Amino acid sequence: MAEPARAVDAASEPPLIALERVEKRFANGTLAVTGLDLAIGRHEFVSLLGPSGCGKSTALRMIAGLGAPTSGRIRWPGHGAGSRPARGEVGFVFQEPTLMPWARVAANIRRPLALIGVTGAEADRRVAEALEMVGLAEFARAFPRELSGGMRMRVSIARALATRPKVLLMDEPFAALDEITRFRLNEDLLDLWRANSWTVVFVTHSVFESVYLSSRIVVMTGRPGRVHADVPIEAPYPRSQAFRMTEAYNGYCRTVSAALAEAMAAPGGGT
Amino acid sequence: MAMAQTAVEQQAPAGAEAEDRAGSHRTGALLRWGLPVLFGLIILGGWELFVWYRINVDGISHYNHILPAPTTIAVALVEDWHILAPGWLVTLWITAQALFWAVVLGVGLAIAFSLSKWIEFSFFPYAVVLQVTPIVAIAPLIITMLNDLDTALLVCAWIVAFFPILSNTIIGLRSVDHGLLDLYQMYGASRWRVMLDLRLPSALPYFLAALKISAGLSLIGAVVGEFVAYGQSPGLAARIVEASYLLKVPRMFAALVLISVTGILLFLLFSFVSNLALRSWHESAVRRER
Repeated sequence: MAEPARAVDAASEPPLIALERVEKRFANGTLAVTGLDLAIGRHEFVSLLGPSGCGKSTALRMIAGLGAPTSGRIRWPGHGAGSRPARGEVGFVFQEPTLMPWARVAANIRRPLALIGVTGAEADRRVAEALEMVGLAEFARAFPRELSGGMRMRVSIARALATRPKVLLMDEPFAALDEITRFRLNEDLLDLWRANSWTVVFVTHSVFESVYLSSRIVVMTGRPGRVHADVPIEAPYPRSQAFRMTEAYNGYCRTVSAALAEAMAAPGGGT
Repeated sequence: MAMAQTAVEQQAPAGAEAEDRAGSHRTGALLRWGLPVLFGLIILGGWELFVWYRINVDGISHYNHILPAPTTIAVALVEDWHILAPGWLVTLWITAQALFWAVVLGVGLAIAFSLSKWIEFSFFPYAVVLQVTPIVAIAPLIITMLNDLDTALLVCAWIVAFFPILSNTIIGLRSVDHGLLDLYQMYGASRWRVMLDLRLPSALPYFLAALKISAGLSLIGAVVGEFVAYGQSPGLAARIVEASYLLKVPRMFAALVLISVTGILLFLLFSFVSNLALRSWHESAVRRER
């Protein structure tokens, strides 16, 4: 089925997440992000793309509630009464798998559930469901060290999914993986996103990855980070590996690469 | 979903390879135990021969009172067992109690430190003072200050055993993966949850490493205390002092052997415990894949 990219119907619906003039200065004086304005609509797959150290991860962490902006604010206008979502409604996937090495796969996935108060048979069901989603059902009793890097990342994703979040925040989750594993996980992530109508904010420094995945790419300047370009990727979903061979894909890659090069050359855009 | 294919990425090696690995593991164990035993036997044999030479060739008939031969020591160990064994039990008991309190107070204080910077800033410098003060220097003070000798010896042993557990556990409690801390913060976990779920498990390998060191140290602390309090203690070290007054050199060596063996057994015991606790997940205890 060919559907248009899920660009926001800006007129009819308020954005789910709105960053308004957000600035973050760290205790050591580093200005990571400044004047960041960004509206993310429900069901979008937005990639934040920029050179390393441009504050994209910082922005993502602030959306997750890990550290408040030093000025400006982050609102959730599309969420209930505009308040922050409850615990468990937002899933976060780190750059590293970040698993507890001493706990088995199932126990790792179960931990967020316990923290939001889901226990017993219901927790068992959700753990099984999350493992099923990432295709690791038969590895529930394994320890993280027994798994390959790609499988560990799947466990990390399953852990974020266990609480059935509406929003998935991902901080360069596949950066440390080999390209073959990465492509496969890209594809699987898109399937899951489409099946579950999540909103995904995905931080990456890979032009190719962001074009393949996103419905929209936000290109950021170097530190202090701000939005340099906002590129909707209007290629239809589902996107398979064949999408990587198309002229449209190449065209978007060129456009986004050019925007990234500009962003890095922009004033204050040193890396 | 479409993800299942990769699940088999990494599976058990083929049968032959596994067998090969088991074989090389057996050889490894043989070397590991065989080599030190062989080395020990060579040393003991040389020693025995040397003493025999001094007595029978050089004609120093009392040489066994200067350096007793291993066999003489063994005989003393058996003959004086009724003197040594009770002392050994006393020393062992002091060691065990001291280690117990070192664990309770070391871990307890480490947890308190990691929960509150105020407590850490107030107490940690004094913990360091305890550590850097030579035990032989303060043992006489402790023994005079505390009327009860058993308590005094316990305190001596505890002072030596305490610090490694404290400092290692502190580092362990701090060595939690920052990503996991972020994760717990996102789900609104309390400080105690973080302590139980993240900090304590992260500290376990550090704590167990300290336990191996402290077990030996608390034995040393007990022995040092007994030496300082010589005649009055019923412990094994006091038997060494006593034997030296009586010029029973083989008995001194026998007591020394008993202390060393105890230290080695304690080390092996806690190595075993550590391995048992960590073998499923910690790099230090997991055998490398080859």
